[in-house]
Amino acid sequence: MAAVSGGRRVTLRPGAWLVWGAVVFFMLILAGVVGAVVVDSFGTRWFTGWLPAGWTTRWYGTTWREFDLGGVLVVTLEVALAVVVVSLFIGVPAAYALARRTFPGKRVLMVAFLLPILIPPITYGVPLATVLYKFHLAGKLSGVILANLVPAVPFVILVMTPFIEQIDPKIEAAARMCGARTRVIFTRILGPLLLPGMLAAAILILVRTVGMFELTFLTAGPDSQTLVVALYYSVSSAGIRAQQEIDAMAVIYTMSMLVLLVVALRFVNPTQLVTQIKERD
Amino acid sequence: MAADASMARMALRHRLADRGMDRTLLLLLPAVIFIVALFIYPFVYGLQLSFQPQPGSETVQRYGSGPFADYHNFFADSYLRDTIWTTLKLSLPAALFNVIASVPIAYRMRGRFRGKRTITTILVVPITLGTVLTAEGLLAFMGPTGWLNRLLMDAGIADHPVRFTHNYWGVLFSLIISGFPFAFLLTLSYLSGIDPTLERAAATLGAGWWQRFRYITLPLLAPGLGITFCLSFVLAFSVFPSAIMVGDPAGQTRVISIAAFHAAFEQYDYSMASAIAMIMGAVELIVIGLVLGWRSRLYRGATGGKG
Repeated sequence: MAAVSGGRRVTLRPGAWLVWGAVVFFMLILAGVVGAVVVDSFGTRWFTGWLPAGWTTRWYGTTWREFDLGGVLVVTLEVALAVVVVSLFIGVPAAYALARRTFPGKRVLMVAFLLPILIPPITYGVPLATVLYKFHLAGKLSGVILANLVPAVPFVILVMTPFIEQIDPKIEAAARMCGARTRVIFTRILGPLLLPGMLAAAILILVRTVGMFELTFLTAGPDSQTLVVALYYSVSSAGIRAQQEIDAMAVIYTMSMLVLLVVALRFVNPTQLVTQIKERD
Repeated sequence: MAADASMARMALRHRLADRGMDRTLLLLLPAVIFIVALFIYPFVYGLQLSFQPQPGSETVQRYGSGPFADYHNFFADSYLRDTIWTTLKLSLPAALFNVIASVPIAYRMRGRFRGKRTITTILVVPITLGTVLTAEGLLAFMGPTGWLNRLLMDAGIADHPVRFTHNYWGVLFSLIISGFPFAFLLTLSYLSGIDPTLERAAATLGAGWWQRFRYITLPLLAPGLGITFCLSFVLAFSVFPSAIMVGDPAGQTRVISIAAFHAAFEQYDYSMASAIAMIMGAVELIVIGLVLGWRSRLYRGATGGKG
């Protein structure tokens, strides 16, 4: 016994050091990557040396004006909010039916709902964009919203189904016994109980939609770009624009995503959410 | 007569209800219509489009207008065919690294200790960076005049700038930075679902840390790692913007999504683009199928934890 615990002390310690060393190394690289962009976005000229020649905040002003960031942010917000609202309206009832009933063909349906999450966005994005162009929806705001709904609705179903399963059906049965109609059960009983889950799903969809590059890129027109896509186009037109303007824009994007994520983390414990999904399979 | 008919209807409804079919299923209707209209229909449309080569396209000039001409074109042209290999060469190592690296870190992060929330948050922050900031950051930080090369040269490790960007490594780094937090979160959640008393029981029987990990934690964790690998692989396989920005999009990192995009929106050959998209989906599903097939042979019982 003594030999085992002795051996353990010797082998565990270097292992722990190695792991924490790797974490610190990852964080240092990360700090370097983020720091380089932030420093550049506040610098005047930076060709040689450890730091730029001088400091300025004017790049934020010029990038805001030249890329019409105000308009882009409005579009991003419109797309994200529309996707959140519509995907909840479609996804939550479906999740309820899937959680409460077993019926023939349920497994097939589950696979159909799972596929948009398992297949890379470009794979279905290219045919989807082709179809949307055929119906003259691509290039418009509605096309961007429709494309972004494809992974969002299955995501809501996936998050909400285990959540609904946790609610005891006896509560609904009791309400029915007392004479509540289906509509009342939904608005007065299930609604309040599901609110935390819907909030979690809504925030996660918001973060995903704001960050979703491929689908928006394939379907957006000049005035329906979201922030990620506008950012990508500004990189493609580099050379015309100052590097620092692009960096300033990237910092603005990251800050807005960070705010969203911090808000999300206040409501959702990410690890708990995945454990709930795990229970399903 | 009317009473009979309504009786029969009632009976049918009861029989359906016995099998779980009742009006609740109507709630599924919007979702089913949605998935058919926006996912299955475009997919089938793309599939049949891929069998109808576009008249006047390069494919038709080379291989005629038979139903498989686009596929023939893809597999005959080494510049196109190699994109599969290029994509796998990037996405498999990235996904494997992210999953394997997240295991020991998540293993240390189980349980409660001071600063756990802070470390988790810092590890999650890269999700907010977005591909463009990651790409710009990698170019500035690891570029020839960046801080990293400056450090390497000042320390005397390298005597000329090491090339980290605009090649394979740049894209791999970007996939690790964006993919690791995600893999880590999933692994951490699977790990915290395993009851620590199982390990403690093994420790009382004299098992060392490696034995406990190898024979208790790892078998319980493996199915979760399979899923984590699949999802990380999906993320890495669809690499697109970073392959262009930090990579070498005409050569070393010409991934399959670049080929699909190029066909669709630069050559306007939608049938070729659909064929490439279908091949991309097939390759990806084969890899996932292999992993899930392996996973189905593992133990998947109770892990005894809170999960």
